[in-house]
Amino acid sequence: MTPLLQVRNIEKRYGVRIGCADVSFDLYPGEVLGIVGESGSGKSTLLNCLAGHLSPDRGEVIFDTRVDGPRDVRQMPEAERRLLSRTDWAFVHQNPRDGLRMRVSAGGNVGERLMAVGARHYGDIRQTAGDWLTKVEIDTARMDDRPSAFSGGMQQRLQIARNLVTGPRLIFMDEPTGGLDVSVQARLLDLLRGLVRRMGLSAIIVTHDLAVVRLLADRLMVMKSGHVVETGLTDQVLDDPQHAYTQLLVSSVLQV
Amino acid sequence: MITVTDLRKSFTLHNQNSAVIPVLEGANFSVAAGECVALTGESGAGKSTVMRILYGNYLAQAGRVVVNGLDITTATPREILTLRREVLGYVSQFLRVVPRVPTLEVVAEPLLSLGVAEDAARERAAELLTRLRIPERLWQLSPTTFSGGEQQRVNIARGFAHRYPVLLLDEPTASLDAQNRETVLSLIEEAKAEGAAIVGIFHDLEARERVADRAIDVSVFTPRKIA
Repeated sequence: MTPLLQVRNIEKRYGVRIGCADVSFDLYPGEVLGIVGESGSGKSTLLNCLAGHLSPDRGEVIFDTRVDGPRDVRQMPEAERRLLSRTDWAFVHQNPRDGLRMRVSAGGNVGERLMAVGARHYGDIRQTAGDWLTKVEIDTARMDDRPSAFSGGMQQRLQIARNLVTGPRLIFMDEPTGGLDVSVQARLLDLLRGLVRRMGLSAIIVTHDLAVVRLLADRLMVMKSGHVVETGLTDQVLDDPQHAYTQLLVSSVLQV
Repeated sequence: MITVTDLRKSFTLHNQNSAVIPVLEGANFSVAAGECVALTGESGAGKSTVMRILYGNYLAQAGRVVVNGLDITTATPREILTLRREVLGYVSQFLRVVPRVPTLEVVAEPLLSLGVAEDAARERAAELLTRLRIPERLWQLSPTTFSGGEQQRVNIARGFAHRYPVLLLDEPTASLDAQNRETVLSLIEEAKAEGAAIVGIFHDLEARERVADRAIDVSVFTPRKIA
């Protein structure tokens, strides 16, 4: 099987400071990769380099495109890359305000993504948007309300609906459950897990929450000071960590 | 189905003066299809460690652990995940689930991830929950609020939902009453009859005598010199 994403030697520097360096991995269709590490370990930098929000100084990000097969995203013309990020890729920000248009209705936030890929029939768009709001457990009666009137958890679910409506194959998530109430987190985790399985999505999730990766990620990458210090099967890395830093990370979690 | 050769395992605690704790050395054994093997040895001898290594949950320092033709010590995470989905089941002592997911879904999940149709998966889940005496009114609730014994039974139902050719059982009859214990033992016997290779830890001696064909004393693998 061809990996959906092949990452080779990604490096990003901020002046002399290393953002991330020597990061390589393959992600296969349907696979969920978790990236953990403390604040400043380079995990968000890496995610932004992969998703094209930041330009890495070195390395390749090869995506298996539907039409032309594996291609280095960094070599694509800007227009093509933007199309990719609206269709096959999705990005869920930690703060839903970064991923939503706050002055547009909930239905409009979802419908807008459909229009961007060519949908024109208003009735169909509204219908699909409504279906997606239902999938993320938002009452369709709230369809014409602006996200600013939503709770944080609802905004996050709306952001997910907006991202998934175009049927992407790869979803990048930056602390998707950060800043949410634990009861809302559980609901979101359940939702994400179901969607990942039903849609056969691949996902890369950056988080500092080890409980989240244990439940969502197949594989784990542990970062420290911009470098990957340990990788492996999620439960193996968490239950039998080999690197000193991972051992510290795992043993520092408070037991509930 | 399982062949373990010259297995060695130690833990290195980097943050505690880099203490090295040797746990297993020179472990050799194999388990055939249709056979149930009990791991024995006192507490701390390494029974759970052996189970976890067989499941790919712990890394081995040396040796080979071949399950259904795949050497777990060198396999990629993706190969291990496929093995776990299709071949290798594990009933641990603790139920670990996403909060809020209904019990019926928790039990059906191993089948759904294999691509079994939703109806068929739920039917099998319902059958097992019925056999294990989880009242139907609880099926739509998350097992996180259940009693210890109920959680254990949900865990067993989940572990037996797919007919795994290799099954690891960590104290499957602990905290169960006589009736449920009987059900679990019959499930194990049925799996054996269907040709599953089973490795178990049974502190319940009667249960061990009844289902296990032989025992492997794990303390034999405990390193002699503990520095």
